[in-house]
Amino acid sequence: MGRYLLRRLANYLVLVVVAAALTYFLAGLSLNPRAKFEGRNPPLPASSITKTLDEYNMNPDTPILSRFGHWAEDVVHGDLGKTIEGDDVNDDFGRRVGVSTRLLLLATIVGSLGGIAVGAYGAIRQYRLFDRFSTLASFFVLAMPVFVIGVALKIGATALNDGSQTIKVLGEYDPQYAGQWNFDALVNRAQHMLLPALTLIIMQVALYSRYQRSTMLDVLGSDFLRTARAKGLRRRKALVKHGLRTAILPVVPLLVYNIVLLFTGATFTEKTFGWHGMGELLVDSIQKQDVNSVATVGLFTAVLVLIAGLLSDLLYAALDPRVRVR
Amino acid sequence: MSVQLPPATEPAPGPIPPGEADGRTAKARTSRLRLTVRRFARNRLALFGLFLLVLLFLGAYGGPFLTKWDYQQHDFLNFLSSPSGDHWWGTTQGGVDLFALTMRGLQKSLIIGLLVGVLSTFLSATVGAFAAYFGGWTDRVLMWIVDLLLVMPSFLIVAVLSPSFRGSTWLVFVVLLGAFSWMITGRVVRSMTFTLKDREFVKAAKYMGVPAPVIIFRHILPSMASMLIIDTVIQVGAAVIGESSLSYFGFGVQAPDVSLGTVIADNTTNASTYPWLFFFPAGCLVLIGLSISFVGDGLRDALDPNAAGAKARSHRKKSGKKQQPKRAPSATAAAVPAQTPDAQETAS
Repeated sequence: MGRYLLRRLANYLVLVVVAAALTYFLAGLSLNPRAKFEGRNPPLPASSITKTLDEYNMNPDTPILSRFGHWAEDVVHGDLGKTIEGDDVNDDFGRRVGVSTRLLLLATIVGSLGGIAVGAYGAIRQYRLFDRFSTLASFFVLAMPVFVIGVALKIGATALNDGSQTIKVLGEYDPQYAGQWNFDALVNRAQHMLLPALTLIIMQVALYSRYQRSTMLDVLGSDFLRTARAKGLRRRKALVKHGLRTAILPVVPLLVYNIVLLFTGATFTEKTFGWHGMGELLVDSIQKQDVNSVATVGLFTAVLVLIAGLLSDLLYAALDPRVRVR
Repeated sequence: MSVQLPPATEPAPGPIPPGEADGRTAKARTSRLRLTVRRFARNRLALFGLFLLVLLFLGAYGGPFLTKWDYQQHDFLNFLSSPSGDHWWGTTQGGVDLFALTMRGLQKSLIIGLLVGVLSTFLSATVGAFAAYFGGWTDRVLMWIVDLLLVMPSFLIVAVLSPSFRGSTWLVFVVLLGAFSWMITGRVVRSMTFTLKDREFVKAAKYMGVPAPVIIFRHILPSMASMLIIDTVIQVGAAVIGESSLSYFGFGVQAPDVSLGTVIADNTTNASTYPWLFFFPAGCLVLIGLSISFVGDGLRDALDPNAAGAKARSHRKKSGKKQQPKRAPSATAAAVPAQTPDAQETAS
């Protein structure tokens, strides 16, 4: 088991390095940071633009390999370079990871538990009212891109608010509460959090419940569940301890991958509701032609895939005794 | 483009015959085809999905002829007007008739979805089958590429590359979307090919000297036709959502062209005050997704009665318990295609 994991880790590491490098090359070759400076008013002299670009290691005229070497060396030393505004990518990155975590933590916990519960319950009560309703609802949700859900919730909230500001539709908190963590600030944050969290929860419940329902249905007809009942276990206990535990297994990798990758995948939610997290950086950095930030997002995503892969292997081993024996 | 439609949406004439063409009688072919169609028709939700999809296509291509407005035409007497007899779905900020605009966007979204679906299924079938059939280094290299593409953030890559195809045709965009959506199915095809390649009909062909590509395209891939058809349909749905998502941020379909994503994006700023600007195009998008998942679900049940799909299960239950044991040997093979479509959704 240990050796297997080590080999997986080595393979993943190579993949991460190659993926990060490819992302950097693509970003470096395709984006044009110079345009960002040339559009300024009053216009900047060409020489000063070149000087700034060189300083940020973004000059498109420098050969891409030399730029990449410079970037890679810095990254190995823990420096992600400068943003196109001249700030450190590290600071920006740290702040954004914090924002994303605050948004995602609650939403993923509620979303994944909710999805498992809805799916499992739907399977147990197959073709009853609840199952039919949840199936249709999740079909409906899965047919929508996230931004459609987000904007629809926004429109709904505006109608509900009816002029008041009970449900906030933009930002993480109101500016006067910046840096505060007292009761009022927390209430304010909760008001802001409601809609984006709801968007993420709806998406996740819909997705996971489909999987959970189908794996649970597979388990429900199995012999070991009948055995569990036959030896005298209560229905509820048999279903939860023997049924659900087995049925969750195939869903675990999916859950882990989705949850971990949400860090950069919550793009639409963050953009729609104006949260300055990692997902927003993904879109903004490209629109700003900010090569170093794009490369950071690429690197971060690749590392997330690595973490997710290892985590799902480990979790699977922890949950499934059969894997440990091998 | 309408030529492409039948294979992707209906189980009927197109894709099934090639699978059956080899070595079976004409009678067997028609009976299986008829069986599939009958099973599909029994599923009311799937029929409804097909009906919706046909309606959307008719609307997208016929709709513009019904209204006197053109999607490029500005009505300077009506800015942001609400739906009326004159402008059925109202007008945008620039006075463009929303119905004409949405139908135009619908056309592009449907075409892109179809092309990407076909392209990505073709890629996954080819790569997966070749990797498994040849094994060894071919397999290792191809699977490494699959892993790499899965690690690369596809949304980011397509978005980064978008400036370089600004001004060129949207077909580049189709290729990019297709290039990043085939990997998971590719793996499934690979594992299915592993089991197929030791079967007698493949070995027979091999020892008769049939070249490998011919074996793959004529014997192996047709044997998993049902899975590939279902996958195409699911991929179309995923591609429509992926396309609109990218276009929403301006990374997809570019200015002179219109897709549902750009229509929604252009009008979200006014969405709270003028909700119809959002609800009509978004509604069309949701209808595409819904109809495709209904059709895909129905197709899965019709083509693959062993699959773990919910509807198939109900048929099994109705037909009595005698069939239960039958499932066991094919359980793994059947479970794989059944799970792919769902897995694809995550990839999007």
